[in-house]
Parts: sequence; C-alpha cells; structure tokens
Amino acid sequence: MSLVRLEKRPAPSRLFSGLTPLMAVIATMVAGGILFAFLGFDPLVAIRTIFWDPLFDPQFGPYSRPQLLVKAGPLILIATGLALGFRAGIWNIGAEGQYIMGAVVGAGVGLAFYPSESPLIFPLMVVSGALGGWAWAMIPAILKTRFGTNEILVSLMLVYVAENILASVSSGLLRNPEGRGFPGSRNLARDYPAASNPELIAGTGMHWGVVAAFIVVILTYVLMTRHRMGYSIRLAGEAPRAARFAGVSPARLILFCLGTAGALAGLAGLFEVTGPAGQITIDFNTGYGFTAIIVAFLGRLHPVGILLAGLLMALTYIGGELAQLMLGMPAAAIQLFQGMLLFFLLAMDVFANYRIRIGNPEVAK
Amino acid sequence: MDSINPILLIASLMVASTPILLAALGEMVVEKSGVLNLGVEGMMITGAVVGFAIGVNTGSSSLGFVVAALAGAGLSMVFAIITQLLLSNQVATGLGLTLFGLGLSSLIGKPYVGIKAPGFAKLDIPLLSDIPVLGPILFRHDPMVYLSLLMVALVWYLLTYTRAGLVLRAVGENHAAAHALGYKVVRVRFMAIAFGGAMAGLGGAYVSLVRVPQWVEGMTAGAGWIALAIVVFASWRPWRILLGAYLFGGINVLQLNLQAAGSTIPVEYLSMSPYLVTILVLVIISVRGNHGAPGSLSRVFHASH
Repeated sequence: MSLVRLEKRPAPSRLFSGLTPLMAVIATMVAGGILFAFLGFDPLVAIRTIFWDPLFDPQFGPYSRPQLLVKAGPLILIATGLALGFRAGIWNIGAEGQYIMGAVVGAGVGLAFYPSESPLIFPLMVVSGALGGWAWAMIPAILKTRFGTNEILVSLMLVYVAENILASVSSGLLRNPEGRGFPGSRNLARDYPAASNPELIAGTGMHWGVVAAFIVVILTYVLMTRHRMGYSIRLAGEAPRAARFAGVSPARLILFCLGTAGALAGLAGLFEVTGPAGQITIDFNTGYGFTAIIVAFLGRLHPVGILLAGLLMALTYIGGELAQLMLGMPAAAIQLFQGMLLFFLLAMDVFANYRIRIGNPEVAK
Repeated sequence: MDSINPILLIASLMVASTPILLAALGEMVVEKSGVLNLGVEGMMITGAVVGFAIGVNTGSSSLGFVVAALAGAGLSMVFAIITQLLLSNQVATGLGLTLFGLGLSSLIGKPYVGIKAPGFAKLDIPLLSDIPVLGPILFRHDPMVYLSLLMVALVWYLLTYTRAGLVLRAVGENHAAAHALGYKVVRVRFMAIAFGGAMAGLGGAYVSLVRVPQWVEGMTAGAGWIALAIVVFASWRPWRILLGAYLFGGINVLQLNLQAAGSTIPVEYLSMSPYLVTILVLVIISVRGNHGAPGSLSRVFHASH
C-alpha cells in the first residue's frame, strides 16, 4: 500500500479551482527560471524582462502596453469559443485553421469591393469572417454528427488544409495586383480605409477585435449561467449519461459548440488581418489558435478566467519579444514556457479534483 | 509532364512511410493499454531534432536513432506522470505535450539549421538486391525500414500470443476488472507510454536523418497526427497499421512526385492532399463503425482501494 493516496472529491474544490492557475503560474516561473539559467540567462532578469518590463519599464512600457490588448484580443476570442466545447467534451483543436479561413474569407469579401468607401464594407467583412470560420468548423461538426468521425483529428487536419489555402490565395486569388508580383494581398489597414480595423483609442491597442472579445466574454458568461444551452453544455461535460436522460441532444450541442468556436476564431482572424497584420500573407497565422488552447485551460474554461488568462498569455508574448530583443533569448524559449504552463496547470488540477491522503487506507475504513 | 518511374516510386514509398509506421505502431500499443496520447507529433519532432543533433555531433546516425528513442520515451514520461499519477485529462495533456515538444525542438534545433545529416548507409542485400524490379523496391533500403517491418511482426506476435500482450489488452479493455485481477494498471500503462514515446522518437529521427535529411523547424508537419489517424484506420491491428502507413506514404510520395514533375495541379492543392485523404479515410472508417477501440480508451483510472 502506498503512503500517499488520492481520494476523489464529490465535487471539484472551488478553492483549489481558483488557486491552481496561480500555483501553476508560480511553478512555471520557477521551472522557467531554471530553464533560462540553463540557457545562460540570469533567471531573475529574464523573468523580470518577460513579466514586468513590458508593463512598467519607462522606456518600453509605452510601446509594449498597447500590444497587450492587441495580442490578448484574438486569444480571448478563440479561447472563449474553444472552452464551450471543451466543457462539453467536444475537442476542437483546429482553431488555427478556422482563424485562417475567417481572415481569408473576410479579406476576400472586402477586397472584392475595393476601392469602395461604403461604411457597410467593414461590417460585411466581419460577418463574412465569422461565417468563414463557422463553415470551416462545420466540417468536423457535421462529420461528427452524421458519421461519428473523430473531431479532434478532422479539425486538426483542416489546419494544414487551411494553411495551404492561405498559401494559395496569397500568391494567387487575393494577391495585390499592384504588388509587383510579390505574394500577399493589398494592405487593408493602410490602403483601404473602408476595410480597416484601426486603433480606436490612441495608445491603448484597443481595436474592434478587442471590443468584440470583451462583449463575447460577457455574452458567454450569461449563456453559461442563465441560458438552457449553457446548462446543457455543463451537464454534457460533467454527467454525459444524465445529459442524455435530460433530453440534451448531442448533435445540437456539437453543432453549436464547434460552430460558435469556429465563428469566434474566424472573427479573430478577420480583426487581425484588417488591423495588426494588415494583409493576407503566407505566414499570416502565428499560432494563436493553438496558444488559445492553453488560454482556455488556464482560464479554467470560464469566460472571466479566460479574460485574465488571455491577458497573462499576451504578456508572455510581449515579454518574450522583449527578452528576444534585450537578452537575445530565442523565441522558442517562450513557446516552451507556455507549454510548461499547461503541464503544471493540468498536473495541479489533482488538488481540485482529489483530496491527498497520507497514511494507510485500510485504517480509514 | 515527365513520366514517373514506378519502381523508384514504390521504393521511395517505403522510405516515406517508415516514420508514420513507427509512430503509429507505438501509439497503437499505447491505445491498446487504454491511454490516448495526442502528443505523438511533439515526441516525433523532439526525436527528429535530438536524433539529428546527436547524428551530426557524433557522425553516427545509429547513435542518433538510439538517443532519439530515449528522448521520445523521456518526454512521454512527463505525459505518463501527469495522466497516470496525477490523473489529468488525457486529451488536454497530450495536446500540451505536442505544444511543448514543438517549442523544445525549435529551441534545441536552432544551431542545426542548414547542416547536412551524416548519412545512413543502405543495406544492399547481396543477390536479392539484384533481382529485377523487386530488388530495387524491396532489398536496397536502410536498416530502419527493415526494423520497422520487424517491429510490426513483433508487436503483432506479442499482443496476440503472449501473456504480456494479454495483460496489456486486458488493462486497455477494462481497467477496473484488470485491477481487480491484480494486474498493475498504472505500471503497464507507463511501459506502454514509454514504448509509444520511443517509437515516435525513432519515427521523428527517421524524418530528419534519412527522409529529408536535415533539420527544419516543424519538419514533421503533422506526421504525428496522421499516425494517430492511422491507428483508427487500422482498427487497432498491427498489420493494418502497416497497410495504412504505406497507403499514406504512397499518397505523399505520389503528390511530391507530381509536384516535382511539374503537374498542372497547383502545388498547394497537391500538398493538402494527404490531409484531405486522411479526413476521407476517417469518414469511411466511421461510417463502417468504430470497431476495435479499446474499452477503457482515454478514461481516467483511479483505484479507490
């Protein structure tokens, strides 16, 4: 008999559910510090450069602070959608592809009307972007509901398909006709005012995508706590059998969760291509769709948690860039750091779901 | 369009299929024990970079393969500890392993970009390799191709005819019953996960040391995910894994040959074909019904006493 054993809690501990993300962040900082020391950096300087300087350094702060919202916006949008499915046990891991397709479809619709000055162009692009992402997510959703095909693998495979479509359109269909043959579309943010997604308040980084992210967080919170669909999602995740008896239709749930996540990822892509990125290029996507998976878990699959987690993850991106610039730290170190965060979080979840008992179990009986 | 030499095509099919075959075979054993490890891509890419680094530094590809297998197994132990001892969700943890492996590999691989692999000698099997048609197709490969085929037979034999295989299957089909019978569920799964990690590491190293052969960031390009799909395609049977891997390898080689031969189909559409075919095959398999998935697959095992 082992000395340490785990006893399942009847319901996850609320205290530990709130504490584990903090514990995971601290553990990741310690392990990350060791990693940075191993790579030849002073761990304290590295941690400070990543987590403190982007916000509070008098020299870099003014440049970095707006980037926080620019990077957090798409992460929060995508993660909020993914979390809906994750809570119901539906695993959409192809958000990166839905993000690409949202940007491609939205930008394509906008470019079709170039050089219109109509104020309807941007709203039309927003709707098209959401539809692009939605349609891409409907492929695994429909295959899952019609044939029972594994949505994890299909959604992931579609990321590679979307990347190839992106490569194709950026040097073909959507290529800038005045771009002297270089791949990449017209710059929507710079050369097409009706289609651009500008910074709304100077110096804050706030653009329409960030506004959308905040609205989505509120709507999702209401959905999860006040609406029947939110109840169905939670029930399906926590007690699948009970959900079936309660009349929750698995097919409807799959279509809703994947569809919403796809539409939100598509929106994120559209706001990115019309704003911070500016144009469709072959390397337009930078992995937000995958990082958002970490954000969703770090935020405990809860909208408000995801808001905070998105900001924290955005900070590691900006801090990572700063560390690259100031200390010459490789970009991959930050990617590794983010991966570690997810590991620690999942590992620490044991405290939320189980009581740790020390001693011989036979005595307890 | 130039014509494509069918003999060379089939010979290169075997080379193209070997990484997926190794990884899929390893993952099949993991899933047979009731564990779903979605970290195959992460372990493959780590194996690719570690195998390449060791190969370049020592000049020995064989040593590269050995260390790559150890690296894959080592990384899989992180997954094993978190899922088996700390009872985390296997899907989320596997995804984490893939993200972690991608970061780790690009960190390790930085100094090795643009360097050539040390080379890996082929075994020109005497006499047999001189047989017309069959010789070049079957008997002029490197040892890893034959090792991968040998592993298929070995895994098949162990799973079907030995006590160890029976215990592994019992643990995967019904972990509660296996536990009640006194089998060490967690220990068996640790061993299966380590095997899966080692095989993924070998598969990755084959990509960087033989197939390409150099280190490029993200070079496994979804091979780990295709390996996962092949396990489903194969209904968890070793010989069908071989069939599936060679089928996908064949499609990949064909599309690459069409690209090289200057086909009128745009490159991007050819490049996406293996992924589309994977989806198509998954759909066909699911229409037929998912027969053969181990009963306890992906479920958390927690012995309450």
